[in-house]
Amino acid sequence: MSEEKHFISGNDAIAMGVRLSRPHVISAYPITPQTIVVERLSEMAEDGSLDAEFMHVESEHSAMSAAMGVSAVGARAFTATSSQGLLYMAEGLFYASGGRFPIVMMNGNRALALPWSIYGDQSDSLGLLNSGWIQVYVEDAQEALDMVIQAYKIAEHKKVLTPFMVNLDGFILTHTYELVSVPKQEIVDKFLPPFTTVNKMDFERPMNMGMSTSPKDNLEYKYQQHRAVMDSVQVIKDVDKEYEELFGRGYGGLIKSYRIEDAEAVLIVLGSITGTVKVVVDKMRADGHKVGVIKIRYMRPFPEEELLEECSHIKSIGVIDKNISFGYEGTVFTHVNSAIAKSGFSPFIMNFIAGLGGKDISKSHIEGMFMTLLEGDKKKNKVQFVGMGVQINE
Amino acid sequence: MIEIRWHGRGGQGSWTVARIFGMAASLFGDKYALAFPSFGPERRGAPVLGFTKIDDKKILDRSEVQESDYVVILDETLITPAMNNGIKKTGVLIINSEDGQKYKSVFEGKRIVSIDATSIALDILGRPITNTAMMAALMAVSNLVGLDAGLKALKKEMKPSIAEKNVLVVETAYKKTLEVLNG
Repeated sequence: MSEEKHFISGNDAIAMGVRLSRPHVISAYPITPQTIVVERLSEMAEDGSLDAEFMHVESEHSAMSAAMGVSAVGARAFTATSSQGLLYMAEGLFYASGGRFPIVMMNGNRALALPWSIYGDQSDSLGLLNSGWIQVYVEDAQEALDMVIQAYKIAEHKKVLTPFMVNLDGFILTHTYELVSVPKQEIVDKFLPPFTTVNKMDFERPMNMGMSTSPKDNLEYKYQQHRAVMDSVQVIKDVDKEYEELFGRGYGGLIKSYRIEDAEAVLIVLGSITGTVKVVVDKMRADGHKVGVIKIRYMRPFPEEELLEECSHIKSIGVIDKNISFGYEGTVFTHVNSAIAKSGFSPFIMNFIAGLGGKDISKSHIEGMFMTLLEGDKKKNKVQFVGMGVQINE
Repeated sequence: MIEIRWHGRGGQGSWTVARIFGMAASLFGDKYALAFPSFGPERRGAPVLGFTKIDDKKILDRSEVQESDYVVILDETLITPAMNNGIKKTGVLIINSEDGQKYKSVFEGKRIVSIDATSIALDILGRPITNTAMMAALMAVSNLVGLDAGLKALKKEMKPSIAEKNVLVVETAYKKTLEVLNG
């Protein structure tokens, strides 16, 4: 089962994962802040190595609309976007999840204007958590490739039928080159058979799709949609296990912990910062500090149960948020807090807002966060902005 | 972990060799590598940075390069006092220059190795594109990448017509740098 290795970017890794997943149509709008993913896919469609139609549409809104059309006839759809592009397709996101179209989309996590910025943070996708899409955040290019293949399998599962967003940190993952092991097509084909669904336009089996509802049954539709995302929890775990058996790489389901067994303080993070935090954890452990890190992989479905199982013994918990919900706190922090509140245990908690608009989160920043958690002044403002270049009087 | 910073101008190919060097070390060597450009828009002629991180184990640290072990300068007209920031005391400067030692004061006595990459490139390519020559210089100085691995990566990444002459550039610049080191 030897796989071919490539030295490629996160964007390339996504494109290769998409090709292996055999989509029928890729619809995309190729302009900033779009990533190179769709350029690679158009080249693959052109040179014949990808047997798919590439639809060059006139906006992200149309890219999502076209993807829904593709999915509505029972075909496999892919699109990619980033930042403002994701916002522009926001209307379509809710439509796609309500229509139960299992579209897979890559989102390059980048800041939102204004001020205009093409650099990375997670404000875009976290701002659209309520759109009904499954959301995964990956740590490196290998996980990016593997998750595209897993995404189709999860999204198309008959209990799930929900669109799936694979999130990669802009630049840090999208534009960084690294070694990636590329699975063999025949094994991917075995893992991911062609998409079949009854939820499609079909002359033999006519049905009403994309219809309206009266107040009488809208709640029931929304309940089913909610139920499908909740049911995806088990599907996500099963698919990851099956993937590991076939390809030798598993990602631990909804969350992944590192050195938390006897930890006094942990940081909870999403995406590419995980590795840097692990390096700091190893260094601080060597210095005698009991620290660890939990990577949240899925923000939808939110891994409440898994998180509580892992951290109910931890005295001090910090959450790094590469976003801010203005007037309150970071979005991930709100979620973690809600889970903790329901469980009844009460650790010391802190929210670190960092890395906005591409600002580097350095190892010394991370060490500082751990020290705040270990020795923190309990009265201090629970929401701290890390790495500010100016003095703030609060 | 070894951290490398590449200085060039947009269009000179510094980012291309930052990537090829990482590929050589990992795909054709026994190391792990990350290669990334200075994030953001690219403009022809404007100063650009590239970065390569190399280690014996998988590289988890994705924070910005703070203290470089090697700094490769494709275009000496880019040198300013600020370029001395973010270099380890033991760091090595590899400069495309007829006489790199004249920058000793800028780099506060750090080790400087220079070759005249522009002449090599003009001789072989007929154009002052020095990226592959400077990659060869780094290979010779650092020993992070063997000549074989470097050439394999070059051939994988460049069109055959361009690769052929650049192989000669790399071989020439590699030999030249070894002469400078032993000289």
